[in-house]
Amino acid sequence: MDGIHDLGGKQGFGKVRFSPAPAGTAIYHHAWELKANALSGALVAAGVFNMDEYRHAIERMEPRHYLTASYYERVLTACATLCVEKGVMTREELERAAGGPIPLALPAAPGRGNRPEQAFAIGERVTVRNEYVPGHHRLPGYIRGRTGTVVGVSPPYPFPDSAAHALEEEWEPTFDVRFNTADLWPEASENATVTVGVFRSYLSKAG
Amino acid sequence: MSNSQQQQAEMIRRTDAVEAVAIERGLIVPSHLDQFTHKVEEEWTQSTGAAIVARAWVDPAFKQRLLANGIAGITEMGASMPKHHRHLVVLENTATLHNVICCTLCSCTAFSIIGMPPDWYKELEYRARVVRESRTVLREMGLDLGEQMEIRVWDTTADTRYMVLPYRPAHTEGMSEAALAALVTKEAMIGTQRLEPAVQYGPAHA
Repeated sequence: MDGIHDLGGKQGFGKVRFSPAPAGTAIYHHAWELKANALSGALVAAGVFNMDEYRHAIERMEPRHYLTASYYERVLTACATLCVEKGVMTREELERAAGGPIPLALPAAPGRGNRPEQAFAIGERVTVRNEYVPGHHRLPGYIRGRTGTVVGVSPPYPFPDSAAHALEEEWEPTFDVRFNTADLWPEASENATVTVGVFRSYLSKAG
Repeated sequence: MSNSQQQQAEMIRRTDAVEAVAIERGLIVPSHLDQFTHKVEEEWTQSTGAAIVARAWVDPAFKQRLLANGIAGITEMGASMPKHHRHLVVLENTATLHNVICCTLCSCTAFSIIGMPPDWYKELEYRARVVRESRTVLREMGLDLGEQMEIRVWDTTADTRYMVLPYRPAHTEGMSEAALAALVTKEAMIGTQRLEPAVQYGPAHA
């Protein structure tokens, strides 16, 4: 889905709020943030949901909620959403336990399966398929339809477009594809390359 | 209570509710938080990555193995990655090439090696901007690479994880591996910092 989470290349944001942090600087500012992060890990380990379902639940948050929530509020919202959707708890009992409302992400649209196997070699030029899917995928919009060069290949991974929707899937490799920023945002970017891990099903040979 | 205090109180209630029901249902054990805290504080720290970087600096054969197969390399050093991180690509910075990692879709990192990602890595600004205007973003973050340095940005969109192997500063010749490891920061392994003096890479560098 072309969700609010797909931020790469979006303009209008200000400076990164960065301050050099000495080693050992606390990553969590509140105890609940650590607990939310622990919960997400424990619930994945318990098999309540997988990493692709987890990422997709964050992406499905209502856009205004996504943008204003802190990182760990998004983590917690995904946990609550998936626990309810998977039927391991009800929204009512959660809200009873919380003593108030718990906003959840919006429902998922359908996922999809893999494409037939294709082979791409290191150094080969490839084009990202110009596809729009309603469900989960790991394709940043800024590379859609763009052509780059394969610089690496991974072992097979679960295919996110299926795995996030509890569909049967074949695992497939990703290809590290290198793009010139000038091909991604012509005349409106700084000179560099961006390398993206792209699932095989998202790619075709450059024409 | 202020707005912010109310928000925090609200998040505590929601988080405690999910935890309480999950424990009541037997989905997770009450000690899950202690186990996770131990991992974050003792195992998933940048010192793991720093030791790997220092070894790569002093042992060229190890560096080649690490660059060829990241997971095999870190395993030699006794480090590991979570099950869903199935591949590690180590990106070597040189005097003329600078690598920087990000995750535009969420906030993925090789956290078991370089430590948990800092706030700014997870913020909207870094995710939106670094792929498109890396030189400006890095300069704003205190790393002025000038115009000559080649920049490669790596967007962590799949289960492959990336870490930057920082360029070894010349003045560290002869230092012990432990002393070298102490120089290596999380930011250097993300690629928003270089460890040599700015005069060697920045705008003043001819």
